[in-house]
Amino acid sequence: MAAMAVKTSGLEKWFGQGEARTQAVRNATFEAAFGEMLYIVGPSGSGKTTLLSMISGILKPDGGDVVIDGKDLWKMKSDDIADLRLNRIGFVFQDYHLFPRLTTAENVAIPLILKKMDWDEALKVACHYLEIVGLKDRASLQPVKLSGGEQQRVAIARAIASNPDILIFDEPTASLDGDTGRKIVEFVKTNVLNESRCIIIVTHDSRIYEYADTIMRMEDGVITAVERNGTLKGDGA
Amino acid sequence: MPGILRIALKLLINDKGKFLALLLGITFAVFLMVMMMSMFSGILKRSSSSVLNVGAKIWVMDPAVNNATSSIPMPDYVLSSARSINGVKFAVPLYFGGALVKLKSGSYQAATVVGLDDATLFGRPEMIEGKIEDIFAENAFLVVKDAEFSKLEKPGVGSEFEINDHRGVVVGLAKAASSGLFGVPTLYTTYSRAISYIPSPRYTTSFILIEPKSDADTPFIQQEIQKLGYQALTSEQFVKKITDFYTFKTGLGMNVLLMTAISFVVGLSISGQTFYTFILENIEKFGALKAIGAKGHELVSMILFQAAFTSVIGYGLGVGLASTFMILAKLRLPDYAAQISFSILGFAFVMVLVIAGFSSYIGVRKVLRIQPFDIFRG
Repeated sequence: MAAMAVKTSGLEKWFGQGEARTQAVRNATFEAAFGEMLYIVGPSGSGKTTLLSMISGILKPDGGDVVIDGKDLWKMKSDDIADLRLNRIGFVFQDYHLFPRLTTAENVAIPLILKKMDWDEALKVACHYLEIVGLKDRASLQPVKLSGGEQQRVAIARAIASNPDILIFDEPTASLDGDTGRKIVEFVKTNVLNESRCIIIVTHDSRIYEYADTIMRMEDGVITAVERNGTLKGDGA
Repeated sequence: MPGILRIALKLLINDKGKFLALLLGITFAVFLMVMMMSMFSGILKRSSSSVLNVGAKIWVMDPAVNNATSSIPMPDYVLSSARSINGVKFAVPLYFGGALVKLKSGSYQAATVVGLDDATLFGRPEMIEGKIEDIFAENAFLVVKDAEFSKLEKPGVGSEFEINDHRGVVVGLAKAASSGLFGVPTLYTTYSRAISYIPSPRYTTSFILIEPKSDADTPFIQQEIQKLGYQALTSEQFVKKITDFYTFKTGLGMNVLLMTAISFVVGLSISGQTFYTFILENIEKFGALKAIGAKGHELVSMILFQAAFTSVIGYGLGVGLASTFMILAKLRLPDYAAQISFSILGFAFVMVLVIAGFSSYIGVRKVLRIQPFDIFRG
């Protein structure tokens, strides 16, 4: 049985106050294992981004636990959580959030620089990861000169540059055409996912469901179904 | 340089439009502040030029006197009394007055006449041409070769002119440490000739210059002079009195203060606004950095570094521009009064730090408030 990368139990999150107070996530309990590609799917407003934010240490839950590497994430100090995000979690944002004034290589090197790696060494490592995503020849270009698919791959290179255990993708195909989106996810599945890494993807693009090991469906803040390897496990987590 | 600051630097300077706008704002503010304060400083120095040029340690005057050029004549007994005070090494009279000089060309020119004590010539200027003792010759005058010299049609030794219908002869050219404020040439002669050539009221002594036996005697001398109803000031005190007069009792100080404040506000507005826009444009990127694992203090250090870097460059450009402007102005206008001092540079630097601090404060507030969750939410 594969080791657990992320384990949550009873996660709750509320937003707003008074009459406007609404519950975004209710009693979310699930596990994601190393070597697994987990999709969180559901309609807009179903709470999947909120859940993703709570398990990646950027949004504090109102109840429940998130355990990563045997430690309760939200019992750690904020600087320790930041360190954990830097060392253990890689992010690929929906809009990539690449710095337009930095070169592609410098963008990829950011997590390494945050880890206090020497500038030249960080750029060297960044070029290695750009080579992995097939963009080594674009290292000195600014991101605005790249296509959407290339920018997505730069964002992936940045996310994996610090060699994280957990990769978080937020709507990775939202800004791409269908064919490019599929190629990107296929690339991730083939080249980025490995036995010591867990990938969690928030998406509502059904065209890429085929690459998932597990699909977790959310509606109104509740995990309504979990499908593993093509087998629907039923309602609830 | 730490990598995080290198990123900050690249983010700043690679956004050329905003970087130039930031530099422009700070450079402009520094230029205006330095120019305003330098001009004021130059004017103040000119206003005290007589005190600086004569070089006496203690000046005795009527308490109502605000500057060296508007003296109130004192009776002769004040001089006698001053000489009898314990601790006074010597005391001499000094005449300060204005006269009309009729030049060779027939035109008239106002001039300041300084009458030096006949016995000692105390307060005499440094000679460039001629000998100081020639001042005792008939109708003799020394002309100060300063920025106003040409207004007397550049006389040489032996040149003649008329002063209040008396014949005057130039017996020497002198130099003075500082030119006067009011743009009129200066003539030196003896005290006795000055009071005989220039119409005077009953009393003729403009100032009494005292040399104390030692600096420790100065407070006692000041007390004794005060008992006579007059005021004895050290040269530093007199310079301060003149400075205070022009700063606080004329519109000059307030106007310069206002212009300096306006320059500061203009710089603050341009830089603050541009920096704020710069932060706003990058706010999502800062949020992404936070999500990736950057700590709050690292983001703050990035912003402070960007603000400090821009401010120091802008400060250097502003001071350089002001200095260049003053050098060029002095080439064309020898009488140009502006002067840069270390205190002006220090003040401008502090103001720039305030601009940088304000600009970064609004940026830091914004960046610390952004939550990585906002980046996910879009």
